Amino acid sequence: MDSQLDNLIRRLARLPGLGPRSARRAVLHLLQNRDRLMLPLAEDLGQVARNIRSCANCGNLDTGDICALCRDAQRDRQTICVVEDVGDLWAMERAAVYRGLYHVLGGTLSAIDGRGPSELNIDRLLTRAREQVGEVILALPATVEGQTTAHYLHEKLSPLSIEVTRLAHGVPVGGELDFLDDGTLAQALKARGRIGSQ
Amino acid sequence: MMPPVIPSGTSIIMPEWVEEALILSVRPYGENSALITLLTPTQGRHAGLVRGASSARMRGVLQPGNLVRASWRARLSEQLGQFSIELDDPVTALLLDDPLRLAAIASACALLDGSLPEREAQPVLFEATGALLQLLRIEDPDNRWLEGYIRWELGLLQSVGFSLDLEHCAVTGQTGRLAHVSPKSGRAVAEGEAGEFAGRMLALPRFLGGVACNRHDFDAGLALTGHFLERRVFASYHADLPQQRRRLADMVAGIYGGSTL
Repeated sequence: MDSQLDNLIRRLARLPGLGPRSARRAVLHLLQNRDRLMLPLAEDLGQVARNIRSCANCGNLDTGDICALCRDAQRDRQTICVVEDVGDLWAMERAAVYRGLYHVLGGTLSAIDGRGPSELNIDRLLTRAREQVGEVILALPATVEGQTTAHYLHEKLSPLSIEVTRLAHGVPVGGELDFLDDGTLAQALKARGRIGSQ
Repeated sequence: MMPPVIPSGTSIIMPEWVEEALILSVRPYGENSALITLLTPTQGRHAGLVRGASSARMRGVLQPGNLVRASWRARLSEQLGQFSIELDDPVTALLLDDPLRLAAIASACALLDGSLPEREAQPVLFEATGALLQLLRIEDPDNRWLEGYIRWELGLLQSVGFSLDLEHCAVTGQTGRLAHVSPKSGRAVAEGEAGEFAGRMLALPRFLGGVACNRHDFDAGLALTGHFLERRVFASYHADLPQQRRRLADMVAGIYGGSTL
């Protein structure tokens, strides 16, 4: 096989969800649709690589130094939702249930991966939290590392006299109790609420 | 070279076992798998691969501190092998809301993972760890479970060959009025017997028989076991005390530091 093609296949095979076989199929498909797919894709990749950067305020990805979400005057500037990475921010935006600002930590505290507080975007969060913020929502994973990070952030944020909340853990929409694992069920029972209290 | 010929009719027995186990660490491997370490009574600390570890169902199961039923299988016993895992007791999920207890679980798992040799039976330590997990689940607003945690760390030190003698004074041999522990020998020293070394001694908490502990017992206890874990156990592997253990000590010092029980 030509070395340029081989290189492209090897690079594509490193992407999440792709292996050598699917990368080969993708390259073949691109070559068969050169004008319709391959050239526009190459152009888009180049543009994104050149223009997209991390927002200096929240860590989101966008074309400017400050992202569109941070610039949006319609959003509730009193609330910051802290997420682990940009994928989580996109998930929250997809759900379209939250109109406040975000803060992307860039990971969770993880001893096994050698990620301590200084490796995360925590200092900027504390600076932002001091600027007239009323509530910080910790939307972090329900894992040991996620919740250890949440407790750590709570510890750091509590002297600032702002409300620190976290997402609920429990029964997902469409979830049947019979199929839930014991841990989720226990968490759901612990966090039960009075009907009609909201 | 020709591959070895296996005579017809010979059955090849693949090594495998099934045991209750405690998950110690989980590290993602590739896109969907994870390399995990477990503690089991008869296989000790044992690593293996779990396929499909990133699925929504398995992510909740594969949390350090959870008790599981693990089946391990490999072609040869010296290979890493593969685990299939079923959740027995979601200990971690029950403690996610409690920062101190969550820190204690994370610390216990990290200490076991970092200090135990691989594939050496640990029936006593497994049982003691199971008892610690039960203790962590008991409602206790005064955090008395920390005493149990410190005793568990003393048991861990003993299991890895660094037993402390907190029963007799290293100077006089007496069993009463013990107040300090020598940071070198790990032996208790009675009140007033430390002489010029008194300033360098570690405090012996009251629940371990100390009579003159000038710090809160939980703080002093963690300082005592932390010293020996760091100098005797982790230093021998050229490693630092795990970050999780440091965080637990910091949290306890934040709550109880400066006060006495």
